[in-house]
Amino acid sequence: MSEFGNFCLLLALVLAVYGMFAAVFGAWRKQHRIVRSAEHAAIAACVSIALATASMLYLLITSDFSVSHVASASNRDLPVFYKIAALWGAHDGSMLLWVFVTSIFSGTVIYQNRYRYRDMMPWVVAILMLNLSFFLSLNLFLSNPFNQLVQVGANGSMMKYVAADGRGLNPLLQYWAMVIHPPILYLGFIGFVVPFAFAMGALITRQLGDAWIRTTRRWTLLTWLFLGTGLILGAKWAYVVLGWGGYWGWDPVENSSLMPWLIATAFLHSVIIQERKGMLKVWNMILVVMAYLLGVFGTFITRSGVVNSVHAFADSSLGKYFILYMGLVAIASLYLIIDRLPHLKSERPLDSVLSRESAFLFNNLMLVVACFAVLWGTMFPVLSEWLRGSKITVGPPFFNSVNIPIGLFLLLLTGVGPLFAWRKTSLESLKKAFFLPGILAAVSCVVLLALGMRNFYTTVCLTLCVFVAATILEEFYKATSIRARNSGENFALALSRLTLKNKRRYGGYIVHFGIVLIFVGLSGNAFNREVSQTMAPGDELKIGDYTLKLSDYKEIDTPNYVYGVTMLDAYKDGKFLRTLKPEKRFYKAGDQQSTTEVSMRSTPKEDLYTVFNGLSNDGRYEIKAHVNPLVFWVWFGAAVMVFGTMVTLLPDRKGAFATPSLSLDRSAGLEANMRSK
Amino acid sequence: MKGPKLKFILGGVVIVAALVWLGFVGYEESKAYYITVEEFSGMQGQLEGKTVKVAGDVVDGSIDRGKTPMEFLIANGGKSLRVRYIGKDVIPDTFKDGSKAVVEGNVAADGIFQARHIEAKCASKYEAEYEKREK
Repeated sequence: MSEFGNFCLLLALVLAVYGMFAAVFGAWRKQHRIVRSAEHAAIAACVSIALATASMLYLLITSDFSVSHVASASNRDLPVFYKIAALWGAHDGSMLLWVFVTSIFSGTVIYQNRYRYRDMMPWVVAILMLNLSFFLSLNLFLSNPFNQLVQVGANGSMMKYVAADGRGLNPLLQYWAMVIHPPILYLGFIGFVVPFAFAMGALITRQLGDAWIRTTRRWTLLTWLFLGTGLILGAKWAYVVLGWGGYWGWDPVENSSLMPWLIATAFLHSVIIQERKGMLKVWNMILVVMAYLLGVFGTFITRSGVVNSVHAFADSSLGKYFILYMGLVAIASLYLIIDRLPHLKSERPLDSVLSRESAFLFNNLMLVVACFAVLWGTMFPVLSEWLRGSKITVGPPFFNSVNIPIGLFLLLLTGVGPLFAWRKTSLESLKKAFFLPGILAAVSCVVLLALGMRNFYTTVCLTLCVFVAATILEEFYKATSIRARNSGENFALALSRLTLKNKRRYGGYIVHFGIVLIFVGLSGNAFNREVSQTMAPGDELKIGDYTLKLSDYKEIDTPNYVYGVTMLDAYKDGKFLRTLKPEKRFYKAGDQQSTTEVSMRSTPKEDLYTVFNGLSNDGRYEIKAHVNPLVFWVWFGAAVMVFGTMVTLLPDRKGAFATPSLSLDRSAGLEANMRSK
Repeated sequence: MKGPKLKFILGGVVIVAALVWLGFVGYEESKAYYITVEEFSGMQGQLEGKTVKVAGDVVDGSIDRGKTPMEFLIANGGKSLRVRYIGKDVIPDTFKDGSKAVVEGNVAADGIFQARHIEAKCASKYEAEYEKREK
């Protein structure tokens, strides 16, 4: 089976390379049949990769420990669900998953557009295949998951070798969010290859009109959705599995997935200006290239071990190839952009600082600066070593001091931006639009101060959250009541029809509302409390209004691991809530790694979060408890964002790619209607 | 340059300058030299009072949980360093004999390294061992 998998990968590489050259040749000679054959080869390459992936899954499920990846990422007693997840449980297999996901994206794009954009598509195919060939070569020649285990025999000859059992899946990865987190994150990293391929195709063919923007915007939105979901699942994993009480630590691996997300967010906003005003064309090109490169860079960081991180896999030799590839892509795309500058002229100037355009510009500036700050902080150890010979790291205070103000400014823009008119906003209309939200925000600020809130950033954050939430709800309320009055529909029907009629606008508002909820959750951070205590049965631990009483301890054996569990009866103001059961697990496979299973009681107000940290020397139990306010809203806000994005992505009735300009015009009309009221 | 564009650029410059300043403050607050145990023993005199991150492998059998705070040894390039963990965070599960650890803190008067933070990695160990066997 491993020979078959290897063969499929090799075949895929041959097909991908052929597809790349045939597509370019066909476009150059205007030979449509050759372009077709390139597309067929590309799709065949994708099928071949799917077969390779299937054979690796077969090897994992049947526990074939003659294959190195299986032996290093799985073991006999692992539940089948995790045996499948072991595909991405170690370095080599995760590269295969990466290639597989890339091939799904590439194949879908090529199939979907087989009758569209005939001039541009050969170039799109070529770029998709270039990307695929690069990752396939790495997978085949540098980190091949189908390698067989061998050992040196007595006479010096190499012999095949079958391990008795595998070393097991890293127990830290044995958690549901961690099982789906890598594939989703990969979808998010890789997806940017599609906008990138279309952008390059548009530049090469000089067809810089609406076509590429339209396709690109949807793919970017989809990719952005995956990346954001991946980020939040990673945060959830850190919160529940790593047991340090937080969900974001500015770790290089976290940062490397945040960066493309920030750039994609910038692009999703600035592309609206290009569609409506014909401005920012060069800028948008640069953002697309950056998003793609940062996606590759994210892989590079997690694969190469260039920056030390708890997450990164072993140092591997892949680093220099990534740098070479990224350098070549950057130079080639920059050259193309510069060469096509005359085609990318802005169609109109900026009219006023108090305009929607300007709000978008500030939004872009902030997102790119945030990305740059994160990049700088992440790469600082490497940069300082190059420049000054000593490795210097920066910690969370650096990231927080830059990104908290940026985040708050972006939150403000979320509220004011959509209320600014295009071109120029009069003070009169601003007063009207901001009257109610302004008053609500001021009142909540006073209330917060009266309640004794003295933390500057938290006060600002919560005040802004009220303000932005009010602007969004007011927008929905106004437009819905106008619709209900004009059409005679009831409010709920008018609301859903309004949203579905203008999915981009109202879907966007729902996403913004999700962002507001996430900020509410983040603001709770300033009030986290924690207490550690070594407890004997019957002892009590007090934290905030809560009392935890250690009532029992058990040790239990399962095929995969042994675990010790402490029973903590949680009381609030003397009233029994429930028993929390934090565990310590000791996995049997590999080198008996232990993990910590957090147990918590989560309410919208706060999480009571407990960790059993093991036995102390005198046989007592080391317990750590946290009270983390408002964390619930981070997960809930993320779910709202996913919902809003899905609303935006819903296909129009005329088909997935119906012209969005129509709905935009309608929204412009509605807007004008509302402002005149 | 026309009015609005100039205003935007001026506004942008002011904001970015403020952020750079904030970034610098955060950098000063959190910067730490990142060195190995071997490098550390070579430059001990210069590091007094400075926050450093020291990387090394946890010496087998050296973790002494009997002492409060806990102590252990990390080693690299033939040198070793005694570390006392004074931080509040839970010690990561990946921290054990043989794992690659990075400790952050500074040297106390008694020559023992006072770590406020420990990072540990052992995922790489799985692979390194198999690579050895493959060869």
